[in-house]
Amino acid sequence: MQVNGEYKPTIVAFCCNWCSYAGADLSGTNRLTYPDNVKIIRIPCSCRLNPMFILRAFQRGADGVILCGCHPGDCHYTTGNYYARRRMTLLFSMLDFLGIERERTRVEWVSAAEGAKFAATMNEFTAQVAKLGENKRLEDLRCKK
Amino acid sequence: MQRIGVFVCWCGSNIAATVDVHKVAETLAKEPGVVFSTNYQYMCSQAGQEMIQEAIHTHKLTGVVICSCSPRMHEGTFRKTCAAAGLNPYMVEIANIREQCSWIHKDMAEATEKAVILGRAAIAKVHLNAPLTAGTSPVTKRALVIGGGIAGIQTALDIADAGYEVDIVEKKPTIGGKMTQIDKTFPTLDCAACILTPKMVDAAQNEKIHIYSYSEVESVKGFVGNFHVTIRKKARFVDETKCTGCGDCTTKCPQKNVPNEFNLGMDNRRAIYIPFAQAVPKIATIDADYCTMLKTGKCGICSKVCAAGAIDYQQKDQLVEEEYGAIVVATGFDPISVEKFDEYAYSQSPDVVTSLEFERLMNAAGPTNGTLLRPSDKTHPHTLVFVQCVGSRCDGDGRGKSYCSKICCMYTAKHAMLCREKYPDTDVYVFYIDVRTPGKNFDEFYRRAVEEYGVHYIKGQVGKVVPENGKLKVQASDLLSNEQIHIDADMVILAAAIEPDKSARPLATMLTASMDTNDFFTEAHPKLRPVESPTAGIFLSGACQGPKDIPETVAQASAAAAKVLGLLAKDNLTCNPCVAQPDEMMCNGCSSCEKVCPYGAITYSDKEFRGPNRTTLIRRVASVNPAVCQGCGACTVACPSGAMDLKGFSNKQIMAEVDAICK
Amino acid sequence: MNKELAKQIQEIAGVNPRKCMKCGKCTATCPAFDVMEYHPHQFVDMVEKGKVEELMNSKGIWTCLSCMACIERCPRSVEPARVIEAVRVAVARQQGMDHLKPEQIPALLDEELPQQAITSAFRKYRK
Repeated sequence: MQVNGEYKPTIVAFCCNWCSYAGADLSGTNRLTYPDNVKIIRIPCSCRLNPMFILRAFQRGADGVILCGCHPGDCHYTTGNYYARRRMTLLFSMLDFLGIERERTRVEWVSAAEGAKFAATMNEFTAQVAKLGENKRLEDLRCKK
Repeated sequence: MQRIGVFVCWCGSNIAATVDVHKVAETLAKEPGVVFSTNYQYMCSQAGQEMIQEAIHTHKLTGVVICSCSPRMHEGTFRKTCAAAGLNPYMVEIANIREQCSWIHKDMAEATEKAVILGRAAIAKVHLNAPLTAGTSPVTKRALVIGGGIAGIQTALDIADAGYEVDIVEKKPTIGGKMTQIDKTFPTLDCAACILTPKMVDAAQNEKIHIYSYSEVESVKGFVGNFHVTIRKKARFVDETKCTGCGDCTTKCPQKNVPNEFNLGMDNRRAIYIPFAQAVPKIATIDADYCTMLKTGKCGICSKVCAAGAIDYQQKDQLVEEEYGAIVVATGFDPISVEKFDEYAYSQSPDVVTSLEFERLMNAAGPTNGTLLRPSDKTHPHTLVFVQCVGSRCDGDGRGKSYCSKICCMYTAKHAMLCREKYPDTDVYVFYIDVRTPGKNFDEFYRRAVEEYGVHYIKGQVGKVVPENGKLKVQASDLLSNEQIHIDADMVILAAAIEPDKSARPLATMLTASMDTNDFFTEAHPKLRPVESPTAGIFLSGACQGPKDIPETVAQASAAAAKVLGLLAKDNLTCNPCVAQPDEMMCNGCSSCEKVCPYGAITYSDKEFRGPNRTTLIRRVASVNPAVCQGCGACTVACPSGAMDLKGFSNKQIMAEVDAICK
Repeated sequence: MNKELAKQIQEIAGVNPRKCMKCGKCTATCPAFDVMEYHPHQFVDMVEKGKVEELMNSKGIWTCLSCMACIERCPRSVEPARVIEAVRVAVARQQGMDHLKPEQIPALLDEELPQQAITSAFRKYRK
């Protein structure tokens, strides 16, 4: 996205309600800043993240997508983050095939107690995506309005 | 088309100082479907809530977006507000413009723009929201307590006292836990056994309490109100119903060289044993690792001497299935292994002991029958050096724990005091970093050790201990007089840090209860919900949640019991209506969703459908039990045909949010 | 180390040094801090440990002003100034420097003046 002639990446963060969303709240409570490019969408579990959502984001102009879930073994629903991990591994190699840089996507485990980690991750990820420049928009052939 | 009302909260200056709330309200008013938009100082206040309710009536709102703090804070509040005004509570969405916007950004223009985008995403979602009705699920009126120490016993007694059935699962052959090994308790110096054993007997005799001793939790399924637990009763090779606890077998068993864990290996027991005289249940257990009969098939002496005929060498582990409404975790603590701390020579000299070992050496039921003797040569020690913070407040070196173990200052003062009282000829030194005694009568207790009993408290740490000619050469610092001091000690006692019991981590995984980096269970809220786990129906009792002493443990145990009773007293629980729902017309019966469901909430059945030309088709389709589904959404992604969707977090809703953010 | 003498000094002072919590308030309040090599809290600590000879040889005992601020402010009523005074007494006894006869004291008493101030003044200035 261009803001006042300056490139500003759009970043969508999908956060598990039980850990990372609370971790994001904690980084707010502790006033730890991260770029305003990051917009968080709350999902009940990292396993709720349909790969379609990420593709949709890239169709609509997102420059980076990050998924945050509970640490392996700590899933509120026992196994959800394992599913998420496998699905994302597959999706990311497909995105690679489509020509979307691997650095534009990430899966990170952030617990409810890791406010500092959340902020640090977002800072780092935003910088990483910003370096890559504007993303190419995936063409939307399927979901015509 | 929805009729949406947008309410932007200032949160005093928390939001308004960084986000231009007026501009947010004005901009969002132009969004499609928004018929009313306003801002107010405190939306969550009585006046703010009334404003929302009035707007629902006057503008006939069908959806509400509140731009305020985190939904984790006030989503429940606003849902109730709207429900009271006749709007379905699930037609409310929160845009988190405080924790995730105003608090992390400094630039007003940036923060305002982000707040608008977050508001747009919420509006986009509300457009696709549908009214949801929460179902109910019944509560099994029975509780499980995992761990039979003082925490578990107290929780069980309190629950049973209120008239509910409660089971205790204890992995050791007896309940009682760490407190059975303690000699005296601070700050009153009353005998631990005298106050604990009556409680153990109470628990055993209470008809509402069932004790599974020498048992472990094998698996946990289900959810709050409806837990299904498998308990493994480990084979003790003794028939519990026949054994009278006479102890004849434990004196006749020829295998005499089994390290006695009750005395921390400082003396020996037999292969068949009762841990200590007041054990509950008082039933013998055969240690399969040492029993000659079980290992070679030759011996059988215990079976011959047992008048009750209780010995059963063929006994196998038994799996018991039980249903519970609530689970209390009371897995307790263990002292850390101090072997990593070479400088204290723990593995080089038997005269360097941990505090729990010292406790046994002072105990009348201990290996020395209560006479303090050096483990090496069984002589009376004259100079004793206590070292505090061994492994506690140890950051970064990987050997210890970063936290303060909390109980060591007090028990060290107790040990030093008891030692001086019983043996006035001893010289007792305590090396400390800080003496921490916040507690009723705690500081007075510690001062008594110094002033009345003449214990030498020295601010500083011990650098090294070297065993030499039967003595322990202690080299330490005295920071107040700024010098290095050397003491020829007879015994060195290490106040080892405490850590959660090793069984806690796998248990937490079974319960899906979260833990911190030190493996202590996390509480639902550090201040306001300290005895509940964030996982509904799981409660925390005692040191599994953090280091604590006996009075604190008992207080938390009773608090956990109160929370359990609050749950068990209900006949039904309101379920989360945000559950999975399949579109039967799209379902192709592949079972992908059934396989990923962690709760077994999805079942398949054959259903009749109308086919073309007035034919009837029988198709295998999925259905979700809304009382069992917890709404994780794993199935929605697994479904290859896109038939499965999650209410409240539907594919369309999330896509609409994505669109709103990326616009 | 002279535990016997340390015990005597404790008796003269009427102070129990074990009561000291090593908070340092006495030293923090001492106006003569800069001219004493041992400070009030160290007096208490050293007397407790029996290191009285170092104290008796130090000039600091004579630079203590006997202002009693440390007594006034001690949270544990340890009264360091009395310990210092007792060390001076011990020195005086050893060296025979007791310039005041006990029967002279009553006449010198002033209700407003702490008794210790009189005796310490005598010891310090009548040389």
